Amino acid sequence: MMDRAEIKSFIAKRVARDLKDGDVVNLGIGLPTLVPSYLPEGVEVILHSENGILGAGAKPAPHEAEPRYKTDAGGQSARAASYGSYIDSATSFSFVRGGHVNVTILGGLEVDQEGNLANWIIPGKKMPGMGGAMDLLVGAKEVIVAMEHTARGKPKILKQCTLPYTAIHCVDKIITEMCVFVRTPDGLVMTEINPEYTVEDVRLATEAEFQVAEDLKSMCA
Amino acid sequence: MKNKVISILDAVDMIPEGAVIMCGGFLGCGSAHSLIEALAQKGTKNLTIIANDCGMATGPQGEEFYGIAKLIHNRQVSHVIATHVGMTPEVGEQGMVDKTLQVDLLPQGTLAEMIRAGGAGLGGVLTPTGVGTIVEDSPYCLGRQSVMGKDYLLMKPIHADFALIGGHTVDTFGNVWYKGTTRNFNIVMATAADVTIVEADCLVEIGDIEPENVVTAGAYVNYIVDGGSV
Repeated sequence: MMDRAEIKSFIAKRVARDLKDGDVVNLGIGLPTLVPSYLPEGVEVILHSENGILGAGAKPAPHEAEPRYKTDAGGQSARAASYGSYIDSATSFSFVRGGHVNVTILGGLEVDQEGNLANWIIPGKKMPGMGGAMDLLVGAKEVIVAMEHTARGKPKILKQCTLPYTAIHCVDKIITEMCVFVRTPDGLVMTEINPEYTVEDVRLATEAEFQVAEDLKSMCA
Repeated sequence: MKNKVISILDAVDMIPEGAVIMCGGFLGCGSAHSLIEALAQKGTKNLTIIANDCGMATGPQGEEFYGIAKLIHNRQVSHVIATHVGMTPEVGEQGMVDKTLQVDLLPQGTLAEMIRAGGAGLGGVLTPTGVGTIVEDSPYCLGRQSVMGKDYLLMKPIHADFALIGGHTVDTFGNVWYKGTTRNFNIVMATAADVTIVEADCLVEIGDIEPENVVTAGAYVNYIVDGGSV
């Protein structure tokens, strides 16, 4: 069994395999930020940070950081790469809605079999806000939800979300420590499985209905 | 040329109780920190704040109540219009537990365009963002419109009494150059308020910023204060 840190890097590693050289990618907070460290050799992606970096560079060393002036969307020190640029919020989201982001990778509280995602509010309990997530889900060419399969055993991949949507019919792929689901016109299809689990294990941890691809592959290929 | 440079205290004295204020910045990066600090010290109450967020409970260098978080902590704000407030937990407490703070959340790109529309004389914005979500129930949404077979939300323009802008290099006409990621909401907000006040980290003479490098045109700016950070 993997611990939570191992689960996160396992998922990030699998997500990284889906990125192509030159893709413009936006990473949500948490797990998705681990993805760049697992990019296959020869694959370089252009990172969009919605607060205002198009082409973000490596995180600055403490002595190079300028937290007053250069941060990422989580408020942590960041900077543009040599080829990058600093942009304002209206430009940043014109870029997003305009379809110039190839892939957005983010976590979720709930995802359902219709491709709806909920990740921004728990009414009456938590209201952090949607930030840029609604725009990214609507604007990005491909949406990958990268998250732990369940919340401490409770299914997160549901028939229908119970929490308010962040966006509807937006999710293209769900990557967890158990499997990969691809959303097709016929519903969710499991295309890959972690060999540590059986299809039955996945069914028990998933409320949503899904089909199993005829050529089901290993996630660890 | 009219002198636009005033003291920080004179600037916050212009802001009455109940004012609607746009605050530039993203989690405090690019906020007009000296103006916000002075507003917090003065204690002006019942403010409406339009901003991406409410700063951070703890800043990137351990600052206590970074940016707008100070005004929230002082309970000077009665209404927030923002996109994400999770880094300042007091917003949730005052909004959901005490119910003393009205919090309206909007998508980040939508808020940016609503402000841009407010400053650009447009009657609204059609955006695909938020279709099928509770944004449709927001008082800022005028409903769905279908254009060429695709659904959009019609969002109202938004305007403020004051905009507090965090500039880096600012000349005495009010031309602004921004450093790093501080452009964020400052650029649209500088266009969408009755009174735009820019805080300069580095106040310079007219001519020191090449016209090609001016990001916010001084003609948008009513007043300048010297934040003196550089």
